[in-house]
Amino acid sequence: MRAALLALGLILGIAGSAAGFTVEEEVRFPAPGTERRELAILSTTDTGVLKPVIAAFQKRFPDVEVHYTVANSQEVFAAIHDESAAFDLVISSAMDLQMKLANDGFAAPYRSAATDALPGWAHWQDRLFAFAQENVVLIASRRAIGGLSLPQTRRDLIDMLRDDPERFRGRIGTYDPELSGAGYLFATQDARQSDSFWRLAEVMGGLAPRLYTSSNAMITDLEQGRLALAYNVLGSYAGPRLASDDDAAVVELEDYTLTLLRTGLIPVGAPDPALGGGFLDFLLGAEGRRLVGEEAGLPPIDEVALSRGPHLRPMRLDPGLLVFLDAIKRQAFLDEWAAALQQN
Amino acid sequence: MRRAPLSLRLRLVLQLLGIAAVLAIVLYFTVRTVADQAAEASQDGVLGAATLAIAESLQGGDDGVSVDLPYEAFSILGSISADRVFYRIDARGLTLTGYDDLPLPPEAGAAVAPVFYTSPYRDTEVRVAAVARMVLVARKPVPVLVMVAQTRQGQEAIAQRVAQRAAAIGLGSFVLAAALSLLTAGSVLGPINRLAAAVARRGPQDLRAVDHPTPVELRPLITALNGFIARLRGALARTETFIAEAAHHIRTPLATVRARAEIALRQSQSEEMRESLRAVIRAVEESSRSAGQLLDHATVVARSDRLADESVDLAKLLAAQADAFLPTADLKDLTLRVTAEPARVQGDRALIEAALRNLIDNAIKYSPPETMIDLALRPGDPVLIEVADRGRGLSGQKPGRLTKRFARGENARDVIGSGLGLTIVAEVAAAHGGRFDLTEREGGGTCARLYLPSA
Repeated sequence: MRAALLALGLILGIAGSAAGFTVEEEVRFPAPGTERRELAILSTTDTGVLKPVIAAFQKRFPDVEVHYTVANSQEVFAAIHDESAAFDLVISSAMDLQMKLANDGFAAPYRSAATDALPGWAHWQDRLFAFAQENVVLIASRRAIGGLSLPQTRRDLIDMLRDDPERFRGRIGTYDPELSGAGYLFATQDARQSDSFWRLAEVMGGLAPRLYTSSNAMITDLEQGRLALAYNVLGSYAGPRLASDDDAAVVELEDYTLTLLRTGLIPVGAPDPALGGGFLDFLLGAEGRRLVGEEAGLPPIDEVALSRGPHLRPMRLDPGLLVFLDAIKRQAFLDEWAAALQQN
Repeated sequence: MRRAPLSLRLRLVLQLLGIAAVLAIVLYFTVRTVADQAAEASQDGVLGAATLAIAESLQGGDDGVSVDLPYEAFSILGSISADRVFYRIDARGLTLTGYDDLPLPPEAGAAVAPVFYTSPYRDTEVRVAAVARMVLVARKPVPVLVMVAQTRQGQEAIAQRVAQRAAAIGLGSFVLAAALSLLTAGSVLGPINRLAAAVARRGPQDLRAVDHPTPVELRPLITALNGFIARLRGALARTETFIAEAAHHIRTPLATVRARAEIALRQSQSEEMRESLRAVIRAVEESSRSAGQLLDHATVVARSDRLADESVDLAKLLAAQADAFLPTADLKDLTLRVTAEPARVQGDRALIEAALRNLIDNAIKYSPPETMIDLALRPGDPVLIEVADRGRGLSGQKPGRLTKRFARGENARDVIGSGLGLTIVAEVAAAHGGRFDLTEREGGGTCARLYLPSA
């Protein structure tokens, strides 16, 4: 009887995790020692980024096998929200979707010394925890903008585009908010922060912008000369990749620069929530912070860095993030965006 | 069986503690209720404002109802505490956007002002604010209902903190009140205890009015006590006066009777008559002695609470008393031997004289004829006055009993006496702070010792 129940549970478990959401990559890190526990992580972050952190984690806990699944943020959200997929930890850069998961009751409460040490803006209740703060930046090719000085504010950027439209026509890149969750989040937060965003959208709309779904693609096109400027690129990707490129400049705009919080939560249906919490604690602990910063290239949560950069605006982990997820609100925003882009 | 009434202190403390406990509990619930209401009111205020902000962003038009959710309305809901937020917008009873399973207001037709209600939702409980609006769609009014809900974890956290603080305040005020009530009981009952101690410290003969400073509430008790003391003193005084008067009135006629009897004895020729007359004289003498003792006793009682304080030469006094008793002693052929060294005490001469008189009188009375009575005065501290006879002794009776008023020895039934003599001696000793005892004398007889503190 018990064996039958166990078998049924296994089948259900497999059915649950094998169901409908699209997986980009699935990697198993076998336990270095005798395997006793399995940690299942669902993440939007590429395997390569967190690999050193996982290795260090397994060094400390040799009996843990890590099962790391990568999917895009919408799929990650759908896996938990709609399918209750069995994962112990969900890591995503889509703050709005993570916030909705937590708000709608899909995140289990978790408390430890590490989560208690987080500043107030870096967690929501005891359900959603940020472990990296990434600036959203402008990248530019010095050669492409000619002798012009690098813009320091959105007003500078608008003036530069208006003054020399031919130079930039077809050579401006930004996210497509309709197709990219991150792009939609950045655009909506921009719209909240300042009216200059809509002017920028209108100016860019007149210059045949190229729309992307990932930061890496924009960085590649800038490196290869196809783009002169890319607006709203994740600084954590652009910084390391463009560090050795003399031509490329990474600009944190001084009127304001959005800061994205990469967050983790433990789903309510986690098979081993304590292990998920353990990995979270490791990410937030001293060794994890160092590895996240140095090896993964994601700036760890650092209140001092924020106070040193008065232009930095960390996006607030609060129910406000739910507003732009509203279907009507989203449609209205995308309509507005389309109108701004297509006016000319 | 009657139960002893509760002590005043216990009664006072219990009542004060009871009041303190009631007040502490009232305080606890008041603080909690007020704080809960304040917390709920502030949360409702924010929730209502958010709901109204959404309602104000409703727009009509030919295409239907549209809404532009204000970002700040939601963001501000998280400003007090990190609570979960849900919303629902219904038009014509159909959910336009939001969480379509959010519970509707309990009564249909929410007003323009927000209606608040609490309802279970999903895995938690939420506080909901609902606002109704009419929106023109194609020139026809369409009812729209906006609901915004928030979990109450923040409010519960506040309520819990407040409850803890309220409990601490209640407990603290109770402890404080308990300590104060103990102090209060002590200070309220202090005057009663002091009064009782003052009355208890008094000597047995002290019948002065109580003149102790007391609070106004105790005045009736003091007045009643003083009234009682005055009546008692009056009664005693009347009794003593009556006895003294009576003794005096008896002794004077007795002296006359005795004088006449003695004259008759000398003139009488008949031996029978003479014998009768001698019996008369003896009886008169006894009556006179008894009357004298009653007078002495009355004097002792009357004077003992206001003793004269004078230096008394005991040797002189003793010699004088021995002289006074010589005629009586001669009648029985008794010898009075006085061994007196000079000694003085501080006290009441009349009382000491009465004590010596009764001591010697007693010794003479119980001595067989032709014996010797030793009167000794030994200075020191205390001064000792010893009267030793060769009488019948105590025969094993307790000396203490013999000094009781009107008590007489079992072996003294054949001797006429009032039983007052030794009582007078003992009372004089007590009034002077000395003592008196009776012992068997070696070789037979009684030894009476009166100790008086030296000057």
